[in-house]
Amino acid sequence: MTEALSDSFALVGRQMRHIRRMPEQLLGITVMPVAFVIVFGYLFGSAMQVPGQGGYKEYIMAGIFAQVMLANITTTAVGVVNDLNNGLVDRFRALPISRSSVLIGRTVADAVLVTWTCAVMALVGFLIGWRAHNGILQTLAGFGLLLLMGFAMSWLGALIGLTLRNVETVSALSGVIMMPLAFLSNAFVPLDGLPSWLRAIAEWNPVSSVVSASRELFGNEQGATGGAFPAQHPIPTALTVLVVLLLVVVPLAGRAYQKAAAQR
Amino acid sequence: METAITAEGLRKRYGDHQALSGIDLSVPAGTILGVLGPNGAGKTTTVRILATLLEPDEGRATVAGYDLAKQPLQVRRNIGLTGQYAAVDERLTGRENIELIGVLLHLGRRAAKARAAELLEQFGLTDAGDRMAKTYSGGMRRRLDLAASLVARPPVLFLDEPTTGLDLTSRLALWGMIREQVDSGTTVLLTTQYLEEADQLADSIVVIDNGRVIADGTPDELKRKVGGERLEVSVADAVDLPAVIRTLAAVSPAVPVVDDETRTVSVPLTGGVATIASAAAGLETLGIEPEDFAVRRSSLDDVFLALTGQTGRAAASDTAGDGKEAGQGPVAAVSNSKQKEKEPA
Repeated sequence: MTEALSDSFALVGRQMRHIRRMPEQLLGITVMPVAFVIVFGYLFGSAMQVPGQGGYKEYIMAGIFAQVMLANITTTAVGVVNDLNNGLVDRFRALPISRSSVLIGRTVADAVLVTWTCAVMALVGFLIGWRAHNGILQTLAGFGLLLLMGFAMSWLGALIGLTLRNVETVSALSGVIMMPLAFLSNAFVPLDGLPSWLRAIAEWNPVSSVVSASRELFGNEQGATGGAFPAQHPIPTALTVLVVLLLVVVPLAGRAYQKAAAQR
Repeated sequence: METAITAEGLRKRYGDHQALSGIDLSVPAGTILGVLGPNGAGKTTTVRILATLLEPDEGRATVAGYDLAKQPLQVRRNIGLTGQYAAVDERLTGRENIELIGVLLHLGRRAAKARAAELLEQFGLTDAGDRMAKTYSGGMRRRLDLAASLVARPPVLFLDEPTTGLDLTSRLALWGMIREQVDSGTTVLLTTQYLEEADQLADSIVVIDNGRVIADGTPDELKRKVGGERLEVSVADAVDLPAVIRTLAAVSPAVPVVDDETRTVSVPLTGGVATIASAAAGLETLGIEPEDFAVRRSSLDDVFLALTGQTGRAAASDTAGDGKEAGQGPVAAVSNSKQKEKEPA
């Protein structure tokens, strides 16, 4: 167990070194999300009407955070596929090390990076006027929930990467998964304008639950809340969905890793 | 002698493709086994099974005395693996690549550093050690890859096409490094498409095709098996070629093989010295002074082509590697390889 931990730690260190080698990579994972904050907060914010005093700037932040967490699917999937195809996974699997440590190292490292992204976004959000109103603990809980989502998305990405084993396919598929999850949710627009069937789908979309839950924890504008159970109880719903997702995806990814073979 | 690797009846099926149809191997400790075969023959599948990366559908194997199915962790403690593509983290330096493996093997950070320095030195990478592996040439990557597989000083080493795509100098350097390992007691299983590589390095060879072993023995045994020797005559002027062809056709039952480029004609040497004598006499009568008149033992190229009997595929797979050994079929392959081994008559 301790060995698995220290192995994972060494592998997290490996990815941190990558960043130190190529700081432009850090720029890459920071610029887009920050651009989103500015574009949505300023540009769209002037056109979007959300009830309440905070306005669209407060409404949108949790949505952009969640979208960044969703993008972890691609980040981890592509990383895993690259390791697979350049033979590193074979090398690691032929070592007498705990086989879980490679995926744990990968997902934890990606979680560290997304935490960084989150921090920069929060800072920029703060500069353009986003505030959390419920005190430090609830604010941290909100970020914790978002990062839990990022971690779960990483494992999902690892599973997808190990299954598809090809960067192009992985990018295409994660795009297809992410688009509806992000946009058929309350991340960017309140749901009350939607036709009722679409609204039901959006309310049951787990991304909506995470977004609503973090809005609640941040004390941000919720927009109109629907009557569906997840919309009424976003925090327990979000936690349950993420934990169940991890419980399902982690063993599946582990199994895929045991059998992993590069596709050539 | 102690046996380092044994395999009995390894079978593996992917969908409706039977990758391995019963592979048996036995490698004495401290020797090199060359596993020879065209692309898709099952070489990599065999290595992946023996290195615990893949479970066979049937069959059993032991590596370093441990049962593959029952003691995979023990097996992993005793093997090094160099895959077909250099398994190197491009964004780490050479030194960091090796250190990472050392840390993962729980050598401790200090010992991992020391071992990395030692291996970099041994593989001529000290100067490049602190550069990102991304900047390495193909040969350097392979050396780094080999170094990384040796961190734990494993008694058994699997090398899956270790020199595919390398230039001659790098290949020779790598061969030297592999020999050093064997001299210090390591057992090596090496797959290759290069007959020359197997000939140069291996103590014994198995030829695999379509997932089964179709021949095994020492390089010499295999060459003898394919039969024998050829008489080769080269002339300085292409004008003389037809006369040489007629002369050799007269002394051998087989059709002479002609290589226009090197102006060489060859026939299997069936009648021993008598054939040589009548060929020489025939040429003298015609007043042809050959540039070269030699008896050549068959090379592993001939063995390979004779055994697999699939010239098209062998040629195609070789071109996929780097084409150095590629022939356009038995004719060209034979004439190609004749420069390598030549015994004066």
